[in-house]
Amino acid sequence: MTSKTLIKGGRIIDPAQGIDQISDLLMVDGLIEEINTSISKPRNAEIFNAEGLIVSPGFIDIHCHLREPGEEYKETIETGTAAAAAGGFTTVCAMPNTQPAMDNQSVVEYVLRKAKETALIRVFPIGAITIGRKGKQLSEMSELADLGVIGFSDDGDPVEDPNIMRQALGYSADLKLPIINHCEVPSLAEGASMNEGWVSNRLGLKGMPASAEEVMVARDISLAELTGGHVHIAHASTRGTIALIESAKATGIKVTCEVTPHHLTLTENAVMGHGKDDFQPLDNNAYDTNAKVNPPLRNKSDVNSMIESLNAGIIDFIATDHAPHSAVDKMTTFQDSSFGISVLETALGSLMTLVDKGQMEVNTLIKKLTSDPATFLGKNIGNLKNGTSGDITIFDPNATWTVDPQNFISKGKNTPLEGALLKGKIKATFFQGIKVY
Amino acid sequence: MIKDTVAKKLLKQNHLLDLDGFSQSDIQAIFDNTDSMMEVLDRGIRKVPALRGKTVITLFSEASTRTRVSFEQAGKILSADVINVSSDGSSSKKGESLYNTALTLQAMKADAIVVRHQHSGAGYFLAQQMRSTSIINAGDGMHAHPTQSLLDLYTIKKHLGDIESKRVVIVGDLLYSRVARSNLWGLTTMGADIVLCGPNTLLPQDFLDSRLDDVRHPFKNITIENDINKALNGANVVMALRLQSERQKAGHLPSLREYSRRFGINSERLKLAHPKAIVMHPGPMNEGVEIEPDVAHGQQSVIESQVTTGVAIRMAILYDLITGNRPEKEL
Repeated sequence: MTSKTLIKGGRIIDPAQGIDQISDLLMVDGLIEEINTSISKPRNAEIFNAEGLIVSPGFIDIHCHLREPGEEYKETIETGTAAAAAGGFTTVCAMPNTQPAMDNQSVVEYVLRKAKETALIRVFPIGAITIGRKGKQLSEMSELADLGVIGFSDDGDPVEDPNIMRQALGYSADLKLPIINHCEVPSLAEGASMNEGWVSNRLGLKGMPASAEEVMVARDISLAELTGGHVHIAHASTRGTIALIESAKATGIKVTCEVTPHHLTLTENAVMGHGKDDFQPLDNNAYDTNAKVNPPLRNKSDVNSMIESLNAGIIDFIATDHAPHSAVDKMTTFQDSSFGISVLETALGSLMTLVDKGQMEVNTLIKKLTSDPATFLGKNIGNLKNGTSGDITIFDPNATWTVDPQNFISKGKNTPLEGALLKGKIKATFFQGIKVY
Repeated sequence: MIKDTVAKKLLKQNHLLDLDGFSQSDIQAIFDNTDSMMEVLDRGIRKVPALRGKTVITLFSEASTRTRVSFEQAGKILSADVINVSSDGSSSKKGESLYNTALTLQAMKADAIVVRHQHSGAGYFLAQQMRSTSIINAGDGMHAHPTQSLLDLYTIKKHLGDIESKRVVIVGDLLYSRVARSNLWGLTTMGADIVLCGPNTLLPQDFLDSRLDDVRHPFKNITIENDINKALNGANVVMALRLQSERQKAGHLPSLREYSRRFGINSERLKLAHPKAIVMHPGPMNEGVEIEPDVAHGQQSVIESQVTTGVAIRMAILYDLITGNRPEKEL
């Protein structure tokens, strides 16, 4: 028996096809069948009334941490993908900093099997660049590529040794897969727990300067040019990084980059407590460990640069860097606390604040969550063309809601947005034609 | 004579974590209460029943003699039961240790916990967990050491009559110093003319340079001077900070020797300061590095006076936080 779903009357935005119109959308047997201004209800079709709502391709997240195997107390593939579905994502790419790391066939096979058994949505694994993510010896990249990894990364840690980075870029080039690097020069960031600047000085926290990121970005661009490999800069966060990437792209070097929702919307001031101004006395919310993330939240000028560069296309797409932690990882001094924010379920709401403030068009936002990451993956998803997978996100751009992490599906309740009022709420997520949220 | 603003200020927060946001009158009120405590310290029998039946716990995860003993002495003079706890300084893997320790001490009905911790913000972290127990920050990482700053301010006022417009030169490791951070707030509030002196690698540049376009910037008028001779010129207060040998290992300095030659306070340099300038040091001193022994123990040194004042300041703080009453009524 065929399954049919008809989504009626929504504002359909599909950047891949340049569609932005009020229309109906019909899915048949998990595939997009038709977009038309008026589709009459076929027999046995489920109807979803999307009037006043935006209907877009399912969001794609190139960068998230599902923690399985090894740290299931923080997140599992099941809870992480359920959280992703609640956040409007239908495809997520799992970072390999699991325990053990996804540096060999058996661990990647395990993740794929778990995803098949428990995930509500599509999971692409990312392979480790080096064995154990230790930066010494390359993992068996070709075998991992055969299993379907979409790239390689030692994320959480940088590839410190320039020669290993050179070899990784050279070796992966013929596999046509990117090396995704977490750029941070360890000695410039040693002991640091936030951005270096006014706030770190005020709080007496050791800061990491923007240079810790930029020095390695510059190195990686040079090595990409040398090898012909594709380097993807994970979670770009500084104005200087953007300048480096812009000039590298202009000379044809294979470099791409992503930005997270928090680096687009929050500054280092979040560490003083949500909404805290530079000079106010500190209060009970000071040293908010939920605002501890790596790369750190930067200053206003960096955030503005991220928004401008995303609009200008210098930044390729948005990725969440969803990094769930348990309460025990965050109930401690700032310095002892783990780095990371639970992002999947607040991503759209916080990004829509940019639209609300007139800093970004909603079409650009959707493009950066759908067709642009799909281009990076080189896969036919993230669009609403006839015959593609019925991955659809429906959201209300005007609905406001208050963030309460206790309502998160993710095990990670670690968000600096607790209590924040966001505008833009996911109403439904379909994956392969099936409603998963 | 004794103002109640301090009691209100401290009681509102129930904790003393830093001096950010303290007003001149808040600090003056603490000074007034400290005067009363100084008088108690001068008595033949130094014991008053003010905090009888109250419990003060000192929780130190970092080595300290003077601060811990100072708080202990302050508590005992006021008849509080003082319990000293030393915890392992090494950072616990998941931090349950500090969290659970705090809850345990609160459950034991501690009235105040005096905490020294190597991590900035440890006092805030503990205060966030407390329902009834007051937290007093006795030094957290690089962030703050409010009682040290208060005793520095009180000492300056006692010796020079006033703090406003006095040229206060702070020399040394300003980047890592919690004493300096608290003093920046305290001295700024009291209207001192602050000069910071040291190598660029130990100066908190962002603290002073960024956000300057904002009229509310508290540190707009602080001067940075790399040349010690220029910095000391006409100084009313010369405050040397402890230079830790770790700074050399971390590459901030070529050597302690060169530091001493460029920035050490010696009697020759001290002549550049105002003839009645006072010399201060929060201790413990590295004599021969940041300060020469003849200066540390010389005529202009008020370093020992700082220590005595420290006890009185801490008595005033403990009393205020635990009772919320004004000392004149009960002492």
